[in-house]
Amino acid sequence: MKTKKSWASVLVASVFAFGSSLSAQAADLSGKTVEWVIPFSETGGSAKWANFFAPLLSEELPGNPAVVVKFMPGAGSTKGANWFQEQSDGDGTLIFGSSGSTQFPYLLGDPRVRYEYKDWNPVMASGTGGVAYLNAEAGTKFDGSANNLKDMTFIYGNQGATRLDLVPALAWEMLGINVEHVMGIKGRGDGRKMFESGEATIDYQTSSGYLSGSAEMVESGKAVPMMTWGSLDESGNIVRDPTFPDMPTFKEVCEKTDGCETSGEAWDAWKAFFVAGFPSQKLAFLPAGTSQEIIDMYVKAFDAIKARPDFAEISAKRIGKYPMFTGAGAESALASAITVPDPAKQYVTGWLKDEFGVELK
Amino acid sequence: MDLFLDALPALSSAFSQILQPHVLAYLFIGVVMGLCVGVFPGLGGIAGLSLLLPFMFGMEPILGLALMIGMVAVVPTSDTFASVLMGIPGSSASQATVLDGFPMAKRGQAARALSAAFASSLFGGLVGAMFLTLFILVARPVVLLFKSPELLMVSVFGLSMVGILAGRIALKGVVAAGLGLLVGTIGEGPFNGELRMSSYDLPYLTDGLKLVIVGLGIFAIPEIVALLRKDKAISEKPNLGSGWSDGIKDWWANKWLSARCSIIGVVVGVIPGLGGSVVDWIAYGHAVQSAKDKSGFGSGDVRGVIGPESSNNAKEGGGLVPTLLFGIPGSGSMAIFIGALALLGSGIDVGPSLLENNLDFTYSIVWLLALANVVATVLCIGLSTPISKLTNIRFVLLAPFIFMIISFAAFQSGQDLMDLVALFAIGFLGILMRRFDWSRPAFLIGFVLSNPVENYSNNATQIAGVKFRQGMETGLSYVMSPIVLILLVITVLSIVVGLRQAKNIMAEGEVPSGGKRAPLMFLLTVIAFIGFALYDAASIPDYAAVDRVFPMFVAVVSMVSAAVLLIQMMLQPETSTLFADRETAEEAAENTYGLWSTLAWFAALLVLTSLVGFVIALALFLFSFLKVRAGLSVIGAAMYTAAGIAFICFMAWSLNRDFPAGLLQGVVDLPWPLT
Repeated sequence: MKTKKSWASVLVASVFAFGSSLSAQAADLSGKTVEWVIPFSETGGSAKWANFFAPLLSEELPGNPAVVVKFMPGAGSTKGANWFQEQSDGDGTLIFGSSGSTQFPYLLGDPRVRYEYKDWNPVMASGTGGVAYLNAEAGTKFDGSANNLKDMTFIYGNQGATRLDLVPALAWEMLGINVEHVMGIKGRGDGRKMFESGEATIDYQTSSGYLSGSAEMVESGKAVPMMTWGSLDESGNIVRDPTFPDMPTFKEVCEKTDGCETSGEAWDAWKAFFVAGFPSQKLAFLPAGTSQEIIDMYVKAFDAIKARPDFAEISAKRIGKYPMFTGAGAESALASAITVPDPAKQYVTGWLKDEFGVELK
Repeated sequence: MDLFLDALPALSSAFSQILQPHVLAYLFIGVVMGLCVGVFPGLGGIAGLSLLLPFMFGMEPILGLALMIGMVAVVPTSDTFASVLMGIPGSSASQATVLDGFPMAKRGQAARALSAAFASSLFGGLVGAMFLTLFILVARPVVLLFKSPELLMVSVFGLSMVGILAGRIALKGVVAAGLGLLVGTIGEGPFNGELRMSSYDLPYLTDGLKLVIVGLGIFAIPEIVALLRKDKAISEKPNLGSGWSDGIKDWWANKWLSARCSIIGVVVGVIPGLGGSVVDWIAYGHAVQSAKDKSGFGSGDVRGVIGPESSNNAKEGGGLVPTLLFGIPGSGSMAIFIGALALLGSGIDVGPSLLENNLDFTYSIVWLLALANVVATVLCIGLSTPISKLTNIRFVLLAPFIFMIISFAAFQSGQDLMDLVALFAIGFLGILMRRFDWSRPAFLIGFVLSNPVENYSNNATQIAGVKFRQGMETGLSYVMSPIVLILLVITVLSIVVGLRQAKNIMAEGEVPSGGKRAPLMFLLTVIAFIGFALYDAASIPDYAAVDRVFPMFVAVVSMVSAAVLLIQMMLQPETSTLFADRETAEEAAENTYGLWSTLAWFAALLVLTSLVGFVIALALFLFSFLKVRAGLSVIGAAMYTAAGIAFICFMAWSLNRDFPAGLLQGVVDLPWPLT
């Protein structure tokens, strides 16, 4: 039966493609097309994320509008975000998906940023986690603290100093580990391959990357997990990552390591960027000036997706077992993602300049 | 060893999954859909795959796979149409096919070239699948042997193909490749993100130029303009029969070349990070180097079609290895493939576990790809006779539509009006390079390899530094691995053989020499650009020195070569091959129209687009071009225009794409497709 149905859908697809209004019920968005703009290319994690939600959203929005994902890559997502800033179609036919890579340039005061998160209306947020791991040799010296690792030199394949890799890089710096950053890696998959071939000796992956690629190296003894970045509890404290309850968090490792402190400006800076990059990594927005009615409609639709009986099952496979926030939850996720105290910001920009020579001006 | 024992049952389970009527039907639909997109130059697999993505959700995994693979597999086959018939590289997989395929079409042998190409594609696809069936079991450790120094050497080896494609004056080829490398460095540096030859005031350039734009610009625009100026059909002679059986005979006569190039395709495709965009050049180089009589290459030797076409389908199979085993997409379409695999919700993740737990699934993918190749080839051969009739039509009736499609394709890469400006600018450079007989393939190879060479050399230097600090031996064994040494020998051999042979290979036909002034002016302009690149690189501050090294190095080498050329030009008489110029008396006599008036048509489309948006501009352009230049009646021109507009709107609508907007759209809200 299923086969027949999808068969038909493909035929319909090839003839009518998108935009056709098959059902015309008396409701808000019937017959309309909702564009979900992703400021990255078709190949990234955000594409995966939006493509997962788009058909579900189409089912839940009143009138079942077609929800199509549009890609607008450029300048590490600042191009798309700048474009979204200028949009004012508050009729609910446009949503925008941002990610950690959109948040970081905003926080760091990148000169290309002409967007303001506070103008936008968040309707949904979801996150991920991250795991750092060592090669076997360093793994034997790791005792839950980084004390015995300080006389070693590590090599890490880095995607770029101002990208999400900033979080692991700063963490290792705070632990006092000597890491050589090899720049210009195209994706974390390439980084993992460098680690596996022995070129790199330390690595980090997001949760899904770790589960699908690195966990096996741990099983076969080629890699030893070091720490997770943790996850946030209700009151914003870092606790163990529910996906990896047996691994210590960076906070725990830092507490045990001489010279590493879980307070002060370095810690605040790390935590701020961790929060911006991981637990509220991906957010869906409606443009500035959208009416409350439409915002509520979207929040309701995302709530309904979350409440689907099969949601836990289908989402775990595709976007990971991390909480999804809607409405007020999404707003507080956004607030924590973009509220970085000035000293923390200055600390990171100063550190980027000292360590990598990167100046954002 | 256990793996080998598992292989047979996995293989038979894979076949029992594939060989079901409904799976084959899905595969067929995928191929047909891919063909509809793939015959148009520049659109290729990414657009097609993203068209499928929304329907993947909840589909039965094997059916979704069949659909997607059908789509991916057909692109390197169907893009041959544009390469052979119009001299436009349909995708990065068939750039080298243009060199000999297009001259064959001009001689009236389009159907023969096409069927030789399709036979080679089919064979390459099958050889690739067979090789992969065994190789995938041991691929993982092999791929891990390729670290930064090895990857650097592979890139350098690719670059050494410039030697054979350099043309009659080797130095010109070196400078052309240098130009390509420099154009490839435009944008953010890979280490510190320092801007090179761009500024934040012009955000378009900070991302660098895209391959689709450079490929279309450097090959397609010069050919379109050159053909338009002659005002004839593409084929200079009447078609010599249908010719398709000749093509298959050609392939059979060169089956061992085809087999060797297929293996080259799989092996290079397996190496992650190069994306196979140079595979066809390497195969072309091999076809030339291994041929006894090289004189026909560049002017329509069928071996120059068989080589690259055998490799580019095999490459897709090879590209599955890094994609499936490491989760590193070998190309843009492979990246979407990974995304779609996740959407299928099969619970199967790409990565190391795939081999151990899902070997049958892996084999299904490999053999679906092979099967899709068969279906695609049969369809394409069936289409080749009618489609090759296009080469008999007056080109002036085709040109505006071709231009419409490549503009649309170019716009898809950045969705920015600047995409069209860049296409036009690179096209102009291509026109001049063609005119003065500078190797355009060398330029393109330089452009494609710019990023890999820079990244891998930076990485290798940095890691080697750490290793040498750990000890001399550790360092040496890192940089001087057996693979590096072997590649080094092959590269040196390829350069020596290449340079010795290059004089005989007119990659772009023979070009007469004429006056000194114009070629000299072009060289001086090139020198000015290199000088600018050098100045720009030198002004990168010290803290970002890593972003400076590569462009500086390339610019200095190019500058020295260009300076030597300049001195030679001063010393040689104007009949020297140094002063090759297509605008000299004998060849220019064939041209009915001037260069500038022809270019002005396209410039007008560009300017109009910036004012009133693409669709309105296109309507005006098509109508007036067909009326004035092609001499159609008002009704005829109007009908052609309407058909063209309807077609491009249908294309954009079904792929869910927009058109470039102009100033008008900023003032008034217009309904789609005028937006």
